Amino acid sequence: MKISYYPGCTLRTKAKDLDDSARLCAKALGVEMEEIENWQCCGAVYPMGTDEIATKLSAVRALDAAKHNGGKLLTLCSACHNVIKRTNEDMKADGDICFRANNYLKLDEPYKGETEVLHYLELLKNVVGFDNIKKAVVKPLNRKVGAYYGCLLLRPSGVMAFDNPENPTIIEDFIRAIGGTPVVYPFRNECCGAYVGLKNSELPKKKSEKILQSAKEKGAEEVITACPLCLYNLQTNGGNILPVKYFTELLAEALGVQA
Amino acid sequence: MTREERIENLNRLSGTDVKKCMKCGKCSGRCPAFKDMDIKPHQFVSMLAQGKVEELLQCEAIWNCFSCMACVERCPRGVAPAAVVEAVRDTVVRMQGKNGIKAEEIPPIVDELIPQQLLVSAYRKYNK
Repeated sequence: MKISYYPGCTLRTKAKDLDDSARLCAKALGVEMEEIENWQCCGAVYPMGTDEIATKLSAVRALDAAKHNGGKLLTLCSACHNVIKRTNEDMKADGDICFRANNYLKLDEPYKGETEVLHYLELLKNVVGFDNIKKAVVKPLNRKVGAYYGCLLLRPSGVMAFDNPENPTIIEDFIRAIGGTPVVYPFRNECCGAYVGLKNSELPKKKSEKILQSAKEKGAEEVITACPLCLYNLQTNGGNILPVKYFTELLAEALGVQA
Repeated sequence: MTREERIENLNRLSGTDVKKCMKCGKCSGRCPAFKDMDIKPHQFVSMLAQGKVEELLQCEAIWNCFSCMACVERCPRGVAPAAVVEAVRDTVVRMQGKNGIKAEEIPPIVDELIPQQLLVSAYRKYNK
């Protein structure tokens, strides 16, 4: 099957590992990720101000492109997923934002939130199926891995509807499917400090160390994430407590499709 | 803009009803940046309800909130403290000369590993 794909700014640059491994694995699992044309950066954080319209337009353009190309939009970066999914909800449920965005965009047909936004992990779970991934594994991981969810995939749960925001299981199920042992630790859904680091570098340092320490104490040998900013924060500010990788890198390893 | 208009503007910009707060404090209890906030998440809500605009506009906490939505998730009354923080931050950075980060501060702190996502997010949050 083919699915429209939105890579985002960082997957084209510093997070090529995430993009490359995801494409290779998808191909091995029978899914072709078709990059939408002329996509623009989503802005990386969802603007909450109720009068913010212009800052949401790039997400709406991507959603509209996917609407005319299969009706589903696949995301991989946690931030893109958060911004695009929340913007989609605005287009569906907030008449004022929908009206003003369409007024500006003047599309052939107004966009009203028709596209289904799907994260790569949701694709693995709901479209490919973890059972089928298990069957495709040639090199089971055989090690203890801690899932780091962070904030963007889970919250606000009313809109994201990704997993239980307090006790998620999708990445643990993923780890099991590729032959690893998931390690559940208390700080896996705590924010790592994100963008604050550019202004106050101490804060992400404190948070990242706490997260990795928590994973190590519960026995994790490495930590995986779907977010390039989490990866950067944990790797750079986490005090080298544990190795941090993209979840797709482990999938590629297990499927034997490493580039 | 009068004080009343300022209050009305913050309420509208946040899109949340601060009067629904029942002061249980779960938002601040869950906040990962709690110790680094001079005004705590629950105080953003109560201070806006009380119309304490001047103090809100002068606080440091707007630069330390992660917008991680943990407070929003835990609120049993459907109030969004993070949206109040964002409304205050938006109001501040939309004023002339009040951006949280200046362009010339960026090059010295950029290393070759910094993801674009960090620069884009920080600029969105701190600058207009």
